[in-house]
Amino acid sequence: MHKLLETLLIGLSTGSIYALMSIALVLVWRSTRVVNFAQAGQAMLSTYIGFEIASRTEIFWLGLAFAIAAGALLGAGVDFFFMRVLFKHAVSGAAAVVAPVIATLGLLGLIRSIVGLIWGGEFKSIKAPASTDGFTIGETTIPFSALNLLVIGTVFSILIVLAIVFQRTNLGLSLRASAYAPEIAQLAGIKTARIRTIGWAIAGGVGGVAGMLVTSNNFLSPYSLDLLLVFGFIAAVIGGLESMVGSVVGALILGIALTFILNYVGTSLVFIGGFVVLILVLLVKPDGIMAKGKARRA
Amino acid sequence: MSLNVSNLTVHHGAICAVNQVSLAVPTGKLAAVIGANGAGKTTLLRALSGLNQPTHGSIMWKGEKIVGKKPEALVRRGISHVSEGKSVIPELTVRENLELGAIWRRNAKESKESIDQVASIFPRLGERIQQRADTLSGGERQMLAIGRAIMSKPQLLLLDEPSLGLAPLVIEQIFQTIRDLTTSMNLTVLLVEQNAMGALKIADLGIVLNLGKVVAINHAQALIDDPAVRAAYLGY
Amino acid sequence: MRKKIAFFIFLGWILLLIGDRVDELRVYQGAQIAMYTIALASIVLLTGYSGQVSLGNGAMMAVGGYSAALTLNNLGSPVWVAFLMAIVASALFGAFLGTAAARLSGPYLAGTTLALAVGLPEIANQFNFLGGVPGLLFDVGFPPERLGEEFTQYKWFFWIASFIALLALFITSNILQSRYGRTWRAIRSSPLAAELSGINSSRMKILAFTISSALAGLAGAVMAMTISLVAPGAYTLTLSFALVTGAVLAGVSSLPGVVFGALILVAIPEVADVVATRFGGGENLNNYLPTLIVSVLLILSVIFTPNGPGEKLRRHHHKKKI
Repeated sequence: MHKLLETLLIGLSTGSIYALMSIALVLVWRSTRVVNFAQAGQAMLSTYIGFEIASRTEIFWLGLAFAIAAGALLGAGVDFFFMRVLFKHAVSGAAAVVAPVIATLGLLGLIRSIVGLIWGGEFKSIKAPASTDGFTIGETTIPFSALNLLVIGTVFSILIVLAIVFQRTNLGLSLRASAYAPEIAQLAGIKTARIRTIGWAIAGGVGGVAGMLVTSNNFLSPYSLDLLLVFGFIAAVIGGLESMVGSVVGALILGIALTFILNYVGTSLVFIGGFVVLILVLLVKPDGIMAKGKARRA
Repeated sequence: MSLNVSNLTVHHGAICAVNQVSLAVPTGKLAAVIGANGAGKTTLLRALSGLNQPTHGSIMWKGEKIVGKKPEALVRRGISHVSEGKSVIPELTVRENLELGAIWRRNAKESKESIDQVASIFPRLGERIQQRADTLSGGERQMLAIGRAIMSKPQLLLLDEPSLGLAPLVIEQIFQTIRDLTTSMNLTVLLVEQNAMGALKIADLGIVLNLGKVVAINHAQALIDDPAVRAAYLGY
Repeated sequence: MRKKIAFFIFLGWILLLIGDRVDELRVYQGAQIAMYTIALASIVLLTGYSGQVSLGNGAMMAVGGYSAALTLNNLGSPVWVAFLMAIVASALFGAFLGTAAARLSGPYLAGTTLALAVGLPEIANQFNFLGGVPGLLFDVGFPPERLGEEFTQYKWFFWIASFIALLALFITSNILQSRYGRTWRAIRSSPLAAELSGINSSRMKILAFTISSALAGLAGAVMAMTISLVAPGAYTLTLSFALVTGAVLAGVSSLPGVVFGALILVAIPEVADVVATRFGGGENLNNYLPTLIVSVLLILSVIFTPNGPGEKLRRHHHKKKI
């Protein structure tokens, strides 16, 4: 019974971090029609900056604030200096399907090597902002810790802020309109290019939080966020790639499913578990769990 | 003359969609643009609202050259374009679709007033204000699209086939609304239509396009009475 | 056809000559180039021709590598049977995956294959017969004695790898020039038109996926030969990414380009090493300069020559003619 509860709680905590990454990917996908593999790199660089601040001041939250700011700047920069150039050289032919994917993979490698050149490959760690000792229920101690609780709390606060921005503000309306129907948004007087850059900035900031939260319970290296990218992406696909709510639900499902595999099946099968969950969802509901029978967009 | 177009030419790649078009519409008048499929009607509107860039020619709006300006800049100069095919965003609610039209004004109070105004013009939209736009009927969507354009307080309204895919009764109602709005708000309107007869009946002047060129431009009634136009576009 | 056979035999002869005249390291790198050539051909067939994006080629290579190793170690079969099993097993796996993938497009397929690339090699850690982290040995044996005592192990690898690569390229180029190749291109450039003209596009996509997987599996087995083992650590996400990189640099739809792409993949660490030494070395520089160079090349090539450097040259040539 304890094991079941523990699995659910840990799954929720891991899943909530995936949720941030998948939201970042969905935001960019909706506005730009690009799956941004560089999101992992952007998050990593932001996290390194957060790590520097957090380890010098010994204040995790200050580090987090810097990571968000760095992530947002980086995200806006990638759209403004990189994506716009890429789309100006609009591609046709065989490469058209791969060009955006390749470009973001290239960017991921670029950021990775820059981080490697500056910080090297050794593992860094950030002092966790809360205890990593498990809670004790009755006489047993479960691995679910105050830090896990804090992670869930932080993620859900961010989700609430995002929900308010997207549902209740003009900026949110502009972001949604530009994503769903760029031409109509333009005709309504929205500066869609600028709005897109803001969307990338939000995605970057959210990715920075994801990086910091993963690292608070783990190590940081130029490769340490790759799995976060993969699982965030799987979560986004489970959610149908278009829906932010869907991606959060997808992330929580994935987090819990993977923790179940970890606790009940075997450690090494966690990775293939992501694939299995994805295939199952895609076979049953090819458009993701939030689809309502509309045709899949390529 | 508030809208003055001279020698406007627009290309899609190698194809010349609009060829040396010149026309003028006085303030407060409704001009119907009719012609067969592929005559360049939609391209003409898209050039006027800044969605397509012309290769040659000039567009003067209230004494200002507007060629090369982007749609978001032209909205701020009072040009509102309702593009073809019920231009609403299905994922948003009716209220959000309307708010979109006023978003550039950054004024919540004015936006509310405009929503009330639209709701009084189209009571059906007022009743469905919280629903998602994809729950609306075709006619209601067209009302919503026009409503969104009104939200931006336009002086020049560009309408692309508002009758497309609607039932005859609804078409009549939409056309009547367009006529009423033109008069009551002193709008200048360019109405692109396949439904030539319906459009000419409510219009002040008519413009006939064929293969990207203006072949006739006259008072709407004169075009209705013109035997050549009747034979080619009105079908009797 | 005869001309083509002659051409490939000529290529093989050139390779033999080269193999005799360069040192051990170069011979070894030659084997690597041959391995990458096969792996890149698999991507060109899948992405350049049938328009599907897969980030999971590393996983397919793992399937091939492990199948070959298991065959060789447990059945005690000749080496060529092991390579054959690599092809068969990965083709079967590819057919299975392709059946699921045919329903997916664009980012969905990329995501699924990415998840596979991360997950599949890790399975080896779970089951004892797959050897865990250290992996399984893959030993193709010493070169035959009649080749002489001078004939080194690496040269033997080079011979086998080059022979397999030439054979694979020959078969692939014939497939691409056949009616299948044309059909794939038709589906890629206009899926709807292809459907309307009676092409069963999902069956064709599954076929492409199957052949591509077979090639990747073969490359995986060749790779296992060159490093003498199969282990999860050999078939990483980094490998999958590197393959996509190589394919783009090769020009995704050009089969001859794959040799160039493979050459670059092998040459870059070498070049980076020289540059790093020039700049005074240092651990970070040595470790990350290759990634930096690859990434910059990748970005530049996507922006300026998205269909590969080769295509740009051909187009220039064409313009001059006109």
